[in-house]
Amino acid sequence: MEKVTSAIQVIPVEYYMYISFALFAIGVLGVLYRRNTIIILMCIELMLTSVNLLFVAFSAYHSDPAGQVFVFLVMLVAAAEVAVGLSILVMMKRKINSVDIDLLSRLKDEK
Amino acid sequence: MIVLFYLITVIMLVSAVMVVFSKYPVNSVISLIICFLAVAGHYILLNAQFLAVVHIIVYTGAIMVLFLFVLMLMNLNSKVESQRSVLMKIAAVVSCGLLFIVLVAALKRSFEIPVDKPFDNSIGLVKNLGRVLFSDFLLPFETSSVLFLSAMIGAVMLGKKDLKTEV
Repeated sequence: MEKVTSAIQVIPVEYYMYISFALFAIGVLGVLYRRNTIIILMCIELMLTSVNLLFVAFSAYHSDPAGQVFVFLVMLVAAAEVAVGLSILVMMKRKINSVDIDLLSRLKDEK
Repeated sequence: MIVLFYLITVIMLVSAVMVVFSKYPVNSVISLIICFLAVAGHYILLNAQFLAVVHIIVYTGAIMVLFLFVLMLMNLNSKVESQRSVLMKIAAVVSCGLLFIVLVAALKRSFEIPVDKPFDNSIGLVKNLGRVLFSDFLLPFETSSVLFLSAMIGAVMLGKKDLKTEV
């Protein structure tokens, strides 16, 4: 326990900001790079996790528990989002037999 | 401790990159589980033990099992998938690199907010966090149950085999 708290005081908070930025950028890369809907959902999870990491870092460095409560609520929202997103994916697979995200552009208008 | 920090960071970033670039979706899911475990390690380094446990239970325990279930039940683990064009891939890599550079540049020009509270290493423990959650944040916590209920109804509605009413 004592060692862990000294680790917080050794590592500056900027390091956590850098790795959180990198994780967010990787999530954005995945959303732009792939066409598989399930990978895109996972990359959205990555972005949410990077924001959570930054919240926890600032909460720990400023000794404020409100940030960690907020992370808890973000986790709940992420769980709900994945449940709905995966059921949309199941329906998409059943209707058009594909998980390609570009095929969903036909939702735009009927013509 | 610094070594541990760098080790966890490298594991986290490498597995995050593997989520994007692996060929099979199941490999992506396994990489994402490793990435989330590394993030839980970061939480423990930051003295947020409660959130580390919740993160492991919710993400690797519930969400990733859901992903794996959908992958296996829908038989989606095929290597052949339609790829984006090379131009689009280059644009994706360049734009996400630019996003990272912009964020770092914004950090470079920022200033540090002074810490006004004395350092407390027990804020991430269950005792303290539970007290805050059920006193200051009681309303958002209870409202999230309504969110869960609506998500559950939505998932059941969307996942039903075929609705009798024609759309």
